[in-house]
Amino acid sequence: MQLPLFTHNKSHTRKKNKKDQRSKDRLVIILFLLPALTLFFLFVIYPIFRSIYYSMFDWKGFGPAVDFIGLGNYKKILNDAVFLKSIKNVLLIITLSLSLQLPIALILAVLVGRDLPGRSFFRTVFFLPYVLSEVNTGIMWMLLYNPDPERGFLNSILVLIGLQPVTWLADMNVVIYAVFITLTWKYFGFHMMLYLTGFQNIPREIEEAARIDGANAVQNFFRITLPLLSSTIKTSVYMSVLGSIQQFVLIWVMTRGGPVNASETMATYMYRFGFVRFQLGYGAAVAIIMFILCMIFSLFYQALTRKPDYLSGL
Amino acid sequence: MGKYMHLPRWMKKIPQRMIVYIFLIMASVLILIPIVILLFGSVKTTGQMYSHPYSIPNPPYWDNIRSILRTPSFWNMLRNSLVVMIATTLGTVGICSLTAFVFARLQFRGKNFFYNLFTIGLMFPINVAILPVYFVLRQIEQTGIPMINTLWGVILVQIAFQLSGNIMILKGFFTAVPSELQDAAYMDGCSHFNFFWRIMLPLVKPSLTAVGSLVMIASWNDLLVPLVILNSNQLWTLPLGTMQFQGQYGQDLALISAFVALSAIPTIIFYFIAEKQIVSGLTAGAVKG
Repeated sequence: MQLPLFTHNKSHTRKKNKKDQRSKDRLVIILFLLPALTLFFLFVIYPIFRSIYYSMFDWKGFGPAVDFIGLGNYKKILNDAVFLKSIKNVLLIITLSLSLQLPIALILAVLVGRDLPGRSFFRTVFFLPYVLSEVNTGIMWMLLYNPDPERGFLNSILVLIGLQPVTWLADMNVVIYAVFITLTWKYFGFHMMLYLTGFQNIPREIEEAARIDGANAVQNFFRITLPLLSSTIKTSVYMSVLGSIQQFVLIWVMTRGGPVNASETMATYMYRFGFVRFQLGYGAAVAIIMFILCMIFSLFYQALTRKPDYLSGL
Repeated sequence: MGKYMHLPRWMKKIPQRMIVYIFLIMASVLILIPIVILLFGSVKTTGQMYSHPYSIPNPPYWDNIRSILRTPSFWNMLRNSLVVMIATTLGTVGICSLTAFVFARLQFRGKNFFYNLFTIGLMFPINVAILPVYFVLRQIEQTGIPMINTLWGVILVQIAFQLSGNIMILKGFFTAVPSELQDAAYMDGCSHFNFFWRIMLPLVKPSLTAVGSLVMIASWNDLLVPLVILNSNQLWTLPLGTMQFQGQYGQDLALISAFVALSAIPTIIFYFIAEKQIVSGLTAGAVKG
């Protein structure tokens, strides 16, 4: 007779405990998430909607936005030759990064390899530019790009080997390539570091086995190392493209997007309209276009390659 | 077998290794040239900088460095940069570990929704978001809470844009801690907070320092947020001051070099001390999660 009563009692208190526990859990979860959610909503999510709103006004920032023009700003942007030039420049930087910067990083990672004596020295040197600020990097390279062969290192070398000096940052046809050289100097080490970590995740036994089966170094690299590195390469491509889309500080410091918009990117274009000319509605529309491009690329790339590695296993 | 009799394997590798070293040394020289020219330039006179821009300064001329170190505004910028960096780093690591812990260890409705929400941050980096963020700062300012032209505003915005990536990285680390530990702790009557504070945090400490050192560098080097938020030169951080200094003394290459060297040297020293943490934080973010 007592047994059912006993169990009943027990299950009753357990239920009550469980309920207490649950509301306690909920409180903990809310308190733990609150700081992040507050900041995230205030400075990331809400600004997106705020910008969408402002992007439909012709608004110079004085007083409230009243001149509603619908999609007028977007139409104007997409017909502006300077904006189209900035997209072209971004595409050029992406193309050059994927075809030169990442392969250089991969080659150097292979050379540094896994057990070369002194590898940590080279690793440290190659990664050093990545930790320097973009401002300092930009100013450093402006010294090198000084057009006067007496003062600029690069031109002094050109003259030394009998070539004509180039006015790097002042030449409309050269400036974007000069910027790209600086970008490569600064960022290849980041990608090299990714590849080096990727190598470490490849079991040595596989390469060992292939060698015993008679594969030479080149076959080993293309048939084994590269395929096994593919998820790291996907990540590195993703970061490189997303980074190129939003390139700003280095270019702003070195050229301000000039000469005559020759090195304009979308981010410098937005900055110019938003913070220099104070056409805030127009600038907001540029920001939204950039956001959409980043999002389309991310979703498209994720669908194409499954998740980028850097989101997987999370 | 006869093949191995002639030469031991390490000796056979020598010519191959030589070529590798030649390549790597050439690449290292290319990487170091800009930095070395800058450091040389920082201890030259303006005249030397014009006549021999890339020779070794002999004897070094310290006056430019000394005169910058004597200006109060340099120390002011250094202080501002330090305040922002420390606050941003502590804030980011603290807030992200709380959030990551919840996502990794607790169950609740809407978890996936909130987690996916944070991934939006990855597609909306600060270089794209800066103008939208500026709108909101102005709006907050209108309600009477000062945001523009305060270090506080810079710190909050920097933290907000560090959240997405670092929450994901830390969530990975928290998930990796075996769940038996959690069961045992809760069996012994441990509360969520105590479990988080006394067991989880000490266990993931190496990851926290890795994440922290990356945030430190990002905050220390950041130009865009201070550029947009800070107007008064009393509040300028080092990168912002460097850019303004370059605009003002653009012709005096030696003085500029000295200024850039002084603002770059702390980063370089920090890098040499914390290279392991920086690299592991970075590759954790990008490769493993």
